[in-house]
Parts: sequence; C-alpha cells; structure tokens
Amino acid sequence: MNILNASGCLDALAAPGVVAALDGFVTKTVTPDARVGNQPARIAETSHGMLNAIGLANPGRDAFLRDYLPELRSFGKPLWVSVGGFSASEYAETCALLTDVTIEINLSCPNVDEAPESAAEIVAACRAATTLPLYAKLSPAAWDIAEVARAVEAAGADGLTLVNTLRGMALDRRLRPVLNRGTGGYSGPSLRPVALAAVYACRRATALPIVGMGGITTGREALEMIACGATAIALGTVLFADPDAPARVRHELDEALAEAGFGNADDAVGAAHETVAM
Amino acid sequence: MPLRERRRVTGIESVGPYTLVRVDRGNLDAGVPGQFFMVEAPGRVLPRPFSLCLAEAGELAFLIDAIGPGTTAIAEVSVGDSLHVFGPLGNGFRLDVERPVLVGGGIGIAPFPFTRSVLGAGTPVVLGFRNSHFAEAAALLPGAEVVIDPVLVTEALPAGRDILACGPEPMLEAIRRIDPAAQLAWEAPMACGYGACFGCVVEIDGTLKRLCLEGPVIGGAPAVFPAVPA
Ligand SMILES: Cc1cc2nc3c(=O)[nH]c(=O)nc-3n(C[C@H](O)[C@H](O)[C@H](O)COP(=O)(O)OP(=O)(O)OC[C@H]3O[C@@H](n4cnc5c(N)ncnc54)[C@H](O)[C@@H]3O)c2cc1C
Ligand SMILES: Cc1cc2nc3c(=O)[nH]c(=O)nc-3n(C[C@H](O)[C@H](O)[C@H](O)COP(=O)(O)O)c2cc1C
Ligand code: FES
Repeated sequence: MNILNASGCLDALAAPGVVAALDGFVTKTVTPDARVGNQPARIAETSHGMLNAIGLANPGRDAFLRDYLPELRSFGKPLWVSVGGFSASEYAETCALLTDVTIEINLSCPNVDEAPESAAEIVAACRAATTLPLYAKLSPAAWDIAEVARAVEAAGADGLTLVNTLRGMALDRRLRPVLNRGTGGYSGPSLRPVALAAVYACRRATALPIVGMGGITTGREALEMIACGATAIALGTVLFADPDAPARVRHELDEALAEAGFGNADDAVGAAHETVAM
Repeated sequence: MPLRERRRVTGIESVGPYTLVRVDRGNLDAGVPGQFFMVEAPGRVLPRPFSLCLAEAGELAFLIDAIGPGTTAIAEVSVGDSLHVFGPLGNGFRLDVERPVLVGGGIGIAPFPFTRSVLGAGTPVVLGFRNSHFAEAAALLPGAEVVIDPVLVTEALPAGRDILACGPEPMLEAIRRIDPAAQLAWEAPMACGYGACFGCVVEIDGTLKRLCLEGPVIGGAPAVFPAVPA
C-alpha cells in the first residue's frame, strides 16, 4: 500500500528525511505564473482540525521545471506533480511540459478563485495534452461527488485523489476572522468522516484507483480509508504534528490489518462495501 | 540534528505568571540559544513552538505563557506525563559577539536563561514587564535590570552593546530603529516548524519567507513584519 504526502503538506527540499519514508512525493500545486500566496495569517488551529489559506504559493511553472524538478528527481522516488491553473488551457499547457511523473490535477483549491470550466472539461483538456497518468483531485464540497467522479473518468482521468479541504473560517477573540483571507481550507481529523464518505461513494461510482486522504493520523484510520475504497493513502496535516508519521502509520497499518484479519492491504481495499448495505 | 521524541515531564514550576515545564532530555540536542522546539499540546491537533529556556544536565525546560488553548494544555501537564518534543529547529542567536546584552520583553525572557548559561553569568540583561507580577519571572536571570511599564526596555539599553532581543513586535521594532544590527527573535504562528506548511511566512527583505527556516532569530536584515492579530 503506497503512502504519499498530501500536496502542499511537505517541502521535500526542507525535509528530505520525511520523503525517504514515503513511497512517492507529491509537489505543492504548480501554477503557470509564480504566486507569492496570501498574506499572513495563513493558518489557524481549530478544536479538531486546522485552516490554511496559503494561496497556492509556488515558484511558477518555468522555475519549477528548471530549478525544482531536477532536484526532486534526485530523491529517486516516484514523483507526483500537482497542477493548478485558472483555465482549462493553463492546466493543459503545464501537463504538456511534464515527463516521467504522475500528474495530479488540483480541481479544488478553496483558497483561490477557480477556473470557470467544469472538472470534466479541465480533465479532457489535460488528457489531450499528455499521455502521463492523470489523477483528478476533487473537492468534498460537491453535492454529488460520485457524479463528478464519473464525469472525470469519462473525460479520461486515470485515477482520483480524494479529498481536498473544505472551506472553513475561524474567528479570534475580537470576533474577526483569524485568517487574513477570511476563509481557508479545513483539514485534519474532523475532515476524516467527509473523506471516508467521498471515497466510499467514488469507489461505487467508478473503477478508478483512489488516493485517499483527509485527517488520517493512525494506521487504523488509514485502514478505514482503504476499506472505503482507497488504493493508496496520503498524509497531510498529520505531517505537521509528526514528521515521523509515514513510518509510524505504515507500521500501525500492518498491525491494524492483522488485527482485522487481512493478509495484506490490497485484500482490504473496498472491504467496507461488502459489509454495508446501501 | 532535530529529533522528535516522547519525553517525560520531570518538573512543573510557577515563575510569576508563567509555567516552567521540564522534560528529560533523552537523545534530544539542546541546540543553540534562540532555536526552538515544537512541543505537543495534549488534545490539540498541532504542536506549539517554544524557545528552549534552560538546558540543565539531562533535561530541557520551556517557559510557557498560557495565552490560549495550546499553551494552556501544555501548562496543565503533570509530572510523569509524556510530551512529544521536536527540535532543535530554526536559527538561533549568533554568540560570537564581543559585548552582548540580552533584552527580553514579557515572555520574551524565555530564551535568555539558556543564552546566558552559554555566554557567561556576567552577561548583562535588561528585562521589561507589564507589572510586578510578571516581573517575578526575572528570578530566572539574577542580577538583570528590570523595568516595568510605562518604562520601556529601550530606555534602559546600555550603549555600545551587541543586542540579542526577544519580545513583542513593537519592542523588536523599537530596538531595530535604535540598532539595525540587533539580533531579534521573532514569532509567527507555526503549524510544523520545519518548512512543510508555509504557514509561518513573514516579509523578510521584501519577500515572504518561512520564519521557521529563516529565523526565528534574524540579525541586521531590513525585515518588515506584518502584525500577528492579537
Ligand atoms: C519561535 C517561537 C518561539 C516561541 N517561544 C515561546 C516561549 O518560549 N514561551 C511561550 O510562552 N511562547 C512562545 N512562543 C509563542 C507560542 O508558541 C504561542 O503563544 C502559542 O503557539 C499560542 O498557542 P495557543 O493555542 O495557546 O494560543 P492561540 O489561540 O494560538 O493564540 C492566542 C492569541 O495569541 C496570538 N498568537 C498565536 N500564536 C502567536 C505567535 N506565535 N506570536 C504572536 N501571537 C500569536 C493569536 O492570534 C491569539 O490572539 C513562541 C513562538 C515562536 C514562533
Ligand atoms: C497547509 C496546506 C497546504 C495545502 N496545499 C495544497 C495544494 O497546494 N494543493 C492541493 O491539491 N492540496 C493542498 N492541500 C490539501 C491537502 O493536500 C489535503 O487534500 C487535505 O489537507 C486533506 O488531508 P489532511 O486532512 O490529511 O491534511 C493543502 C493542505 C494544507 C493543510
Ligand atoms: S511553521 Fe510550517 S513552514 Fe514554518
């Protein structure tokens, strides 16, 4: 069972030791132009999660390809490049420039204004631009995420990444938003039930492989994501509290699998579907 | 090398309004004064950053100002509890200065007991507090010159000294106006402390940079910091 980092939750160059414990590294979302991101404050903890409004801060496509990608390749890990944009053609142009990576199309950042096209239109444009594996990263805010999943599958996606953050807000003592941008992406433990439901629904709706994420902090929680249908998992917010989480979660997952009577993680994929009547 | 370990709490003491939490050191390195550690806040999602306050043999101690949920959870631990501690992180003070003076405002006193233990007990210290209850924390630095609001530390600064300072933003701004070369320990909300989240950015030399990697101590740089909402 592959364990990845969630996009935007790890800087490989600042923490190579964490990357070494992962089965692949996922970049922060790359946009065509450099973005400084939002002004601080950018983060706020809540009782059971956190908000972030980083604002897709990234060096831009050209600097990424020239300065970062070669260094990232030196880790010798499978690389996932998270691609963002403000129109379908912007996404597609970046896809066309990439080689020898898996592409994760970020269709769902709550911290920037979104491209006007639908998820399926963006995926179709990217599909036309590259033969690389294409994963579509979806928002859990869609009312019927299974419908979005079917649409991106039809448009040529090879897999799904579920889920991105939900939009949220926190107020300070003086009743003003803590985050400079007002709202931010809500992640961490309280996102987990939402993520499980999304993975569960998409597993029913499509045959695509699913990278499951959202609030995973332990091996047992990773197993639940797998039981709902995830074929790989990713760790986000937990990495902030525990940079040793990849090795720990892997170890705990082995224990949780044994306890639940599974020989290996692949046997547990979708197990929740066999026991629950919909 | 930063390491993350689960450490046992060996002592809890009140120091004026603050709480000194001691943990056994294990394999953790004390690092350089001014560096910080991410300390688990029991029951919270994220750890919190703290300067190392004391590095006596076999232990590490943090001085906690309980101002919100995370600091309160840490200040309420009991001897025998365990806390995950990750560090040392970031850049500390440069100690190769000729005539150091340590300047602390409020909880900004935190890094200086350790700093003075390295620089020598004779190193002069100027501390500013908002009232006499807070000023009880000066007991951590015997012989320090203490001023209390409305007197400001900048009014008590000895001349011709290399300043190492930690405290509230207005104090650091005032010190920088007096001495652009002063080494200043800044704060920003931090989720990770090791460059992963990009949440701690502050404006340094005109660009947004991660304070956990570029700081928290910044010396002589024309940095401009946006205010953290109070
Ligand atoms: C490098 C570094 C070293 C530090 N060393 C110490 C130390 O030795 N002792 C100590 O008591 N504290 C120290 N702090 C500050 C401490 O980490 C924060 O007070 C703590 O994270 C607040 O968490 P909370 O959940 O208790 O309160 P929160 O609810 O997070 O905050 C309470 C209030 O303080 C404001 N605030 C939150 N974080 C910060 C911050 N980092 N700077 C300024 N205002 C903030 C919030 O806007 C809010 O109004 C340090 C911070 C940094 C970055
Ligand atoms: C600080 C931060 C930055 C993030 N940046 C990105 C990003 O650039 N692109 C993206 O697709 N998702 C981003 N995410 C979302 C995560 O990849 C992940 O989908 C989400 O946090 C849920 O997982 P978690 O609960 O384990 O953190 C970010 C999340 C956080 C907390
Ligand atoms: S605290 Fe996460 S990048 Fe600095």
